[in-house]
Amino acid sequence: MTQEFILETRGLTKQFRGFTAVDDVNLRVREGHIHALIGPNGAGKTTVFNLLTKFLPPTRGEILYRGKAITGMKANEIARMGMVRSFQISAVFAHMTALENVRVALQRPIGTSFHFWKSERSLEHLNARAIELLDEVGLREYADVLTVEMPYGRKRALEVATTLAMDPKLMLLDEPTQGMGAEDVDRIVELIRRVAKGRTVLMVEHNLSVVSRLCDQITVLARGAVLAEGDYETVSADPQVREAYMGSEAETEEASA
Amino acid sequence: MATTQTLTPSMKRERRANLRRNAFYLALIVIGLVAPFAAYPVFLMKMLCFALFACAFNLLLGYAGLLSFGHAAFLATGGYVTGYLLSSYPTLTPELGILVGTAAAVLLGAVFGALSIRRQGIYFAMVTLALAQLVFFFYIQVPFTGGEDGLHGVPRGHLFGVIDLNNSLAMYYFVFAVFLFGFALIQRTVHSPFGQVLKAIRENEPRAVSLGYNVEAYKLVAFILSAGLAGLAGSTKTIVFQLASLTDAHWHMSGEVILMTLLGGVGTLFGPVLGAGMVVGLQHLLSQSPLGNWVSPILGLIFVVCVLSFRSGIVGEAIKMYRKNFK
Repeated sequence: MTQEFILETRGLTKQFRGFTAVDDVNLRVREGHIHALIGPNGAGKTTVFNLLTKFLPPTRGEILYRGKAITGMKANEIARMGMVRSFQISAVFAHMTALENVRVALQRPIGTSFHFWKSERSLEHLNARAIELLDEVGLREYADVLTVEMPYGRKRALEVATTLAMDPKLMLLDEPTQGMGAEDVDRIVELIRRVAKGRTVLMVEHNLSVVSRLCDQITVLARGAVLAEGDYETVSADPQVREAYMGSEAETEEASA
Repeated sequence: MATTQTLTPSMKRERRANLRRNAFYLALIVIGLVAPFAAYPVFLMKMLCFALFACAFNLLLGYAGLLSFGHAAFLATGGYVTGYLLSSYPTLTPELGILVGTAAAVLLGAVFGALSIRRQGIYFAMVTLALAQLVFFFYIQVPFTGGEDGLHGVPRGHLFGVIDLNNSLAMYYFVFAVFLFGFALIQRTVHSPFGQVLKAIRENEPRAVSLGYNVEAYKLVAFILSAGLAGLAGSTKTIVFQLASLTDAHWHMSGEVILMTLLGGVGTLFGPVLGAGMVVGLQHLLSQSPLGNWVSPILGLIFVVCVLSFRSGIVGEAIKMYRKNFK
């Protein structure tokens, strides 16, 4: 295998009691790309995400990360290999400060995370790095704020900072702009563009204007199967894609664009 | 070293809060030191043993978010193993008996934990209950526990071969030291790198997984620590009362420790101590009053009232009020 594709699936299939949610998906994510996974509701995007990040076991098929089969690995193991995901609903540690949120991601590699006899002050040398990461996503002044008290858009940014703390090679973002106002969406788009430098991003996204602005490559899913693939122009010109989106997303796209 | 660290204002605030908390603990330690001159030492020792038991339970429920319904098994295992060893080998010193009893509880905790930790919520509680019942019936059958009669007349012996624990003051200070050790260990665990990860898991488990943490391993360590400390409480209690009996293994005991913890305030360090003190104190008071036969219903009623009116327990509510009014 060449290193051209950082992530590849072969015949990935997931069935829930006879219902096929993901059907024979062959996905190839090129190193360095921002790759979007789009499709109408119920197309299986989030299921694919959960399969890729090992939050669900596949019924059939193979997943390769940098040419290595990771199909049988655990969710936390692939995270350590540099494949880090975010979640659809903002996944933060609500009763910890923004700084502590990031620090939890920084502390695992130093290897004292099982040390119950050590003071948490032993983690304070990570604070400077945590503040650097918060700065990167524009949250420096929130370092000290309990996450539960932060506005929604800022929580999503904090999530990105926490993910960055893992120094991921491949970031998987599950609807990063979901539920955001226009201003927040622009900020997150800029943020993703910035942090994607030198990394690969695979994102599930509903907002097609975000997809057209950000992504190099798009895979369209419908009813669990790949419908079309290519850059935004190719995909949006595809009659099948237009049909799958007809009446729902095509209109919202025009409305939001 | 201090110069390379970056502290945010909330950390500085927290350090000041820590100072106040330390002053509070210091006052309590002083009270603990003079208490045996004001109250009956055996009663105080009983309180301390149950307080340690409740603290151990709270480490699991309050800080790892796991509701075990089988903690009696660890209390009893510590008690029986220590009781049996000290009765059978008179040359053994009590601290060694306690050490082995605690180690037995740790081992049992590892077994229970390995079998139950993957289950969530009510299923976790049911698995721990089932395992604890298994242990209960095992202890009825095997000869070394004395079955229904229990182990009586366990010798207190000489601590480190020197200090005679039959002296009730010496016994008291030893129990107090054991309690302080357990409490300090829990306090440290909660505020350690490990405690940070536990907190993250409690707040958002999938996110902790996606940050590379093997959450089951962390929960298992918390479970084993909790089991070991419960065993330590059981071992110490056996030496105090010179008795190990089936009462400690019964599921009532697993329920009682839940009551103590919720009453005092789950997820607060001091809550379980207060809760255990109240339950043991009320049992003692009521059993000596004309209402002696009504101990359980009265405790039940108090429990219901407390749970309905202040959900986060006495200490939990006190902390909330303090935060509201002084910040």
